[in-house]
Amino acid sequence: MTIWAATDWYAFFFLLFALLACGFAAAVLFTSNIVRMAFYLTLSLGATAGLFFLAGAEFVGVMQLMIYVGGTLVLLVFGVMLTARAPFLSLRPRSGEWIVSLIAGGTLLFLLIASAFGVRNWRTASDSGPLPLAEAQTATAVGAGLTGVRVDRLNRDAAGHALSQLPHTDSGYLLPFVIVSVHLLVVLVGAAYLARAKVRRRSATESTASVEG
Amino acid sequence: MAEFLVHTLSLPAPLAYLLAALIHCGFILGLVAAGAVVFIWAERKVSGRIQDRLGPTRTGGKFGWLQSPADGIKVLAKEDLIPRAADRLLFRAAPYVSFSSSFTAYLALPFADGWVAFDTNVAVFFILAVLGLEVFGVILAGYASGSKWSLFGAMREAAQVVSYEVPLGICVVIPVLLTGTMNLTTIANMQAGWCSNWLIFHDPFTFAVFWIYATCALASVNRAPFDLAEAESELVAGFMTEYSGMRWSLFFMAEYSSMLLVSCLAVILFFGGWHGPIPVFDWLGWAYPGGASSWQLTGFLANLAGCVNFITKAVIGVTVMLWIRWTLPRLRIDQVMTMCLKYCVPLAAICFIGALWWQVAGWWSPNHWLPLRPDGPGGMRETWVVAPEAACGEVARRLPWADSAPPHGAARRTLPGCGLAGPPAGWRTGSPAAARGGVQ
Amino acid sequence: MCGLLAQITVSHYLVVGAVLFVTGVLCMATKRNALGVLMGIELLLNGANVNFVAFGSKLLRADALGLDGQLIPLFVIVLAAAEAAVALAIALNFYNNHTTVDVDKAEELKG
Repeated sequence: MTIWAATDWYAFFFLLFALLACGFAAAVLFTSNIVRMAFYLTLSLGATAGLFFLAGAEFVGVMQLMIYVGGTLVLLVFGVMLTARAPFLSLRPRSGEWIVSLIAGGTLLFLLIASAFGVRNWRTASDSGPLPLAEAQTATAVGAGLTGVRVDRLNRDAAGHALSQLPHTDSGYLLPFVIVSVHLLVVLVGAAYLARAKVRRRSATESTASVEG
Repeated sequence: MAEFLVHTLSLPAPLAYLLAALIHCGFILGLVAAGAVVFIWAERKVSGRIQDRLGPTRTGGKFGWLQSPADGIKVLAKEDLIPRAADRLLFRAAPYVSFSSSFTAYLALPFADGWVAFDTNVAVFFILAVLGLEVFGVILAGYASGSKWSLFGAMREAAQVVSYEVPLGICVVIPVLLTGTMNLTTIANMQAGWCSNWLIFHDPFTFAVFWIYATCALASVNRAPFDLAEAESELVAGFMTEYSGMRWSLFFMAEYSSMLLVSCLAVILFFGGWHGPIPVFDWLGWAYPGGASSWQLTGFLANLAGCVNFITKAVIGVTVMLWIRWTLPRLRIDQVMTMCLKYCVPLAAICFIGALWWQVAGWWSPNHWLPLRPDGPGGMRETWVVAPEAACGEVARRLPWADSAPPHGAARRTLPGCGLAGPPAGWRTGSPAAARGGVQ
Repeated sequence: MCGLLAQITVSHYLVVGAVLFVTGVLCMATKRNALGVLMGIELLLNGANVNFVAFGSKLLRADALGLDGQLIPLFVIVLAAAEAAVALAIALNFYNNHTTVDVDKAEELKG
C-alpha cells in the first residue's frame, strides 16, 4: 500500500509519456521502412498529446490529437501509400552521412539539455507542493482569447480586484486567428491544385527503365 | 469516485486515483464487451426478422441468446494466421489501434450526472478527435495485409471516414453553440425537465441537424448504406479480408462500440442525455442539488435510473442503425463522396447559420416553454449575447490563475464519488439583470 | 536518478522537447525518402510545441506564460498542417514526374 502512496504519480505518467514520445521518435529516425515510420510517428505524437494533458493544456492536447494525428498524419500516410512502391519502401542513407549527422545531433542535444537545466527559474519547482493530476479548465479562456478577449488579463481596480468589464489592455488573438484561417484555406486549395492528377508525359527510356512493382 | 475512496476507505490519495481509474476502465471495458455481444445477437435477430426469417434460435433456448458467446469461443479457438506478404508488426498492431481509439472515446462520455471517467471541459472535442483516430487502424490493416483487396477497402474507408468528419464536426458544434459549453455533463444537465427541453426541439434547424448528424455518424462508423469498405459482394471483406480469429473480433468490437458511442453522443447532444421525457426525479426531489456535500442513496438511485434511461435511448439509436442497414441498399463510393461534399456539408453549414440566427434573434423555442432549471438553453442567450462582460467576468472567475477565482477544485466537484459537475451558483441565471448583477 | 525526478519541472519538459527537436533535425538530415524528411519536420514542430506548453503551464511554475503558452501551439499546429499539405503536394508532383521520392535523385538543377 505504501509503495502506491509513495510513488509520485505525476512523475510516473510524465516519464511514461516522455519515454513513449522520445522512444518512438528515435524509432522514426532509425527505421528505414517508410510505412513503419509513419506508424511510429503517430504513436510519438499521441504520446506528446498525453504530455500536453499532463501540463494542463487540455485544449492543445485535444487539438493535437484531432488535427495533427487525425489530420496531418492521415494525409502523410495517404502520401506514403501513394508513393510506396517496393523499391522506395526502404531507402537507406549512406553510413558516412549517419556518423556526421549523429555527431552534430548529439552536440545540439547536449547543448539544449545543458541550457534546459541551466536556468534556475526553469529547474526549480513551484512552491505549491506535489503537482495535482487534476485537469485544468482552460478551454473557455482559450476560446475567449481567440475571439479577442483576454480573460486572463482583466482590468483591475485600485484594490486589485478584477473588474468584469471587457479588458482593453490586450487585444487577444483575433487577428492571427482570422489570418491563419484564411491562410489554411488558401494553402489547402493551392495544395489540392498542385497535387492534381496530370497527364504523365514519359519518355521512351523512362518507360523501359521503370519496373512495375 | 476517487474522493469516495479517499473519504470512505481512507486510502491515500494517489492510490485512490489509481483505483478509481482502474474501476472506470473496467466498467467501460465491460460495457464495450457486453455491448458488442448483445449487438451482434441483436443484429442477427433484427436482420432475420426483416428478411422474414427467425435468426439464431438454437443456442441457449428459443431466442438463441447464447449465440454471441458461442461465436466468441469459436473465434478464440481459431488459428492465428498471418499472411506471408504481410508486414508482421503492423498487421498485429492494427486491430489494437482501432479498438483502443474506440475505447478511449468512452472515457469522456458521461452516463449520468457526474458519472464520467474524465470530466473535462473539452469532452465533445475529445470524443470527435479520438473517433477520428480509428481510421489509422483501418489504413494499417489494409496496407499490412499485403493484399490488394484489403488496400482498396482501406483506402475507400479512410477517404469516407475522413470526409464525413467535416459535416459531423459542424453538426456537433451546433449543440455546443446552443449551450455554450463543450462539457458533455453540462450540455445534458441543461436539457433537464420535460422533453420539450431537449435540444433537438430547440429550432427547426437543430431538428434538421440531428438527421444530418445521423447520416454522418452512419458514414463515420462505416455502417450501411455506407459500408462499401466491408462490402462482401465487392471486396471480399475489405480491409478485414486477411484477418481471422481474435484479431477480426477486435475489429468488430471496435465497430460496434463506435456505433454505440455515436449513438450515446447523439443522445447527450440532442435528446437530453439521462434526463427522461418526464422529470420524475425532479418531482421526487431525488436529484443531487448543486452544493450537496455527501453521498445520498436517493441521489444515487436517481443517477442509476438516469444511466438506465441513457443506455436505453442509446440502444434504441443502435437498433435504428441496425434496421437501416438491412433496409437500404449500399451506396457506391462516388455516391458516398457526393453525398458528403454536395449535400451534407452545405446543409450542415446552412443549418448552423440558421440555428445561430435563431439563438441570436431570440425567437421562441419549445425549450423556453417549460424550463425546469433557469440555466437551460433559454437562459444561455442572455449571458453570452446580451451581457458579454458578465460572461467574461464569470470565465475569469473560473480560471485557476485569476485572482478572483475560487481555490483550485473547490467549485467544481462538490460530491464524493458521483459528483455534480454543475456550474457554480449564480452562473447563467435566467434574466439579464441577474446576469449583470451576479458578478463581482 | 530519483533526485532528478523528485519534482517534475519545466526543465524536464524542455528535455523532452529537445529530444524531439534533435530527432526531427536528424530525420530531416538523413532520410532519403521525401516523406521521411516531412516526418522530421513534424517532429521538430512538436518539440517546439512541447516547449511552449511547458513554459505556459501554470501547474509547473507560478509565473508561467499562461494563455499564450497554449494559444501559440494552436497556431503552430494549424500552420504545420498547412505546410504538410503543401509539402505532400510537392512530393506527389515530384513522384508524378520522376516516379521516385528519393531526394538524392532531385538534382536536375545541379550546376
